[in-house]
Amino acid sequence: MEKCELAIVGGGPAGLAAALKARELGLKEIYLLERDNFLGGQLVKQTHQFFGSHKQFAGIRGIDIAEIFKDKLEDQPEIQALKGAVAQGYYEDDVLGYSYRGKFFKLKPEKTILATGASEKMLSFPNNDLPGIYGAGAVQTLMNQYGIIPGEKILMIGAGNIGLIVAYQLLQAGIEVEAVIEATGIIGGYAVHASKIRRAGIPILTYHTIKEARGDEEVESAVIQKLNENWQPVPGTEQEMEIDTICLAVGLTPKVDLAIQAGCQMAYVAELGGDVPVRDENLQTSNSRVYIAGDSAGIEEATAAILEGELAAASAAGEIFPGNSAIAQERREIKEKLADLRRGPVGEHIRRGLARVRRNQNAGRDRYTRSWKN
Amino acid sequence: MLEETGIPEAGKIEEKLPSRERLEQGPVAVFECFTEIPCDPCYYSCPLEAIAEFQDINDLPELDFEKCTGCGQCITNCPGLAIFVLDYNYSEEEGVVRIPYEYSPLPEEGEIVLALDRGGEVAGEARVERVQYAEKQDRTAVIWLAVPKEQVLIVRNFKRMED
Repeated sequence: MEKCELAIVGGGPAGLAAALKARELGLKEIYLLERDNFLGGQLVKQTHQFFGSHKQFAGIRGIDIAEIFKDKLEDQPEIQALKGAVAQGYYEDDVLGYSYRGKFFKLKPEKTILATGASEKMLSFPNNDLPGIYGAGAVQTLMNQYGIIPGEKILMIGAGNIGLIVAYQLLQAGIEVEAVIEATGIIGGYAVHASKIRRAGIPILTYHTIKEARGDEEVESAVIQKLNENWQPVPGTEQEMEIDTICLAVGLTPKVDLAIQAGCQMAYVAELGGDVPVRDENLQTSNSRVYIAGDSAGIEEATAAILEGELAAASAAGEIFPGNSAIAQERREIKEKLADLRRGPVGEHIRRGLARVRRNQNAGRDRYTRSWKN
Repeated sequence: MLEETGIPEAGKIEEKLPSRERLEQGPVAVFECFTEIPCDPCYYSCPLEAIAEFQDINDLPELDFEKCTGCGQCITNCPGLAIFVLDYNYSEEEGVVRIPYEYSPLPEEGEIVLALDRGGEVAGEARVERVQYAEKQDRTAVIWLAVPKEQVLIVRNFKRMED
């Protein structure tokens, strides 16, 4: 069985940033396990310029940020970045099992950073299993990675940043977007994203939901309906839209299976997207060998994921090299950058979620933790 | 309301505009950036330091209209595509609105297009006066749209006739 200083699960923004920061801080045995056959995670689909700080990646397109990370990684032979390596389980003796090129391997890392990202939420409505109904991530994968258009006339459900951005990308691909509907009364995504598609003539309908999809073999239309302020459907407001594709952008759930297996104390925190590991401000979980970063720690966005990856790496490095003041200083600086990013009004729910998940007594119910770790 | 429709209300837009006098003096940028999000590339893009330094990365940009010459460097540096340059006195009859544009194919210079307002409604016809698409713009083109003067404050997008 191979041993290493640090294993990172997930080669998205958090995992890539963690690997590079760990190397920079002196770690030499680093494994980066990426399930897909490419690195970059969701970055490879993000054709828009990023927000955030000019000193980090603001103004650069996500696709180009992925390239920057990959170039840096190539100069670091000490980082074993395995593409197509699927983490299979985290065992009670802190062994990480993964499959790679048809074989099963075991790895015993001193520290593990879980940066496994998130999965898309589904929405219940009649006929939601018809062909032509996609998650927004799938639409992005088809369009932006493989150059395949998902349909010709689309209804987007959800006006958070993902719904708005993917609607814009659909327009750029020459696809008709009939409307973006949003069940709440407020557009959740950034106003600039909303304005961009609104001035292209795409209506954004708040207090609207999908009642059902219609079609025999595939989606042929969708019935949308108004909701009142108590989220109850308003009878008589049904409207049928002829579309061939429905795109769901109704939120993400952190992927936390490995954290549960690692015995990390969990908590349900709505602001962070669901069940997440309780962690300290350095992203260390209740299993002191395991750190959590990026969307798997709580749904946020890529700039925060990058900084969290760096923070988790600096925290792990700080325990491997105890008493190293340069690492401690680095950790403080990353935490300041994260705090800056989250200081404004759009960071409010994240701040609230983090406050809960860092204080066990106020955190949500733990539905998972097994007794063997406690 | 902006938060409900994506269209900023008139009062909000008003606050972002320079004085009538400044508008008539020559090209000037307007920042249609209304919500505090963590984002600061515009500050670093301005060669004239016309944008006040951010105390907090979530601050809204504040433009000094007297320092701004309407050079347009900021347009393609805004990830939100929320900056436009207005040239009210482009000619006797026409003003020019410079618009960030990320659709392909790009329009031709001289092409007549349909000018759209902030809600995507057709405001009238416009002429593509210039297409800027340099490498440093990182795939965001800037389209100069010549419109009747009274539409300079209204037009924020366009669509091509054949669409």
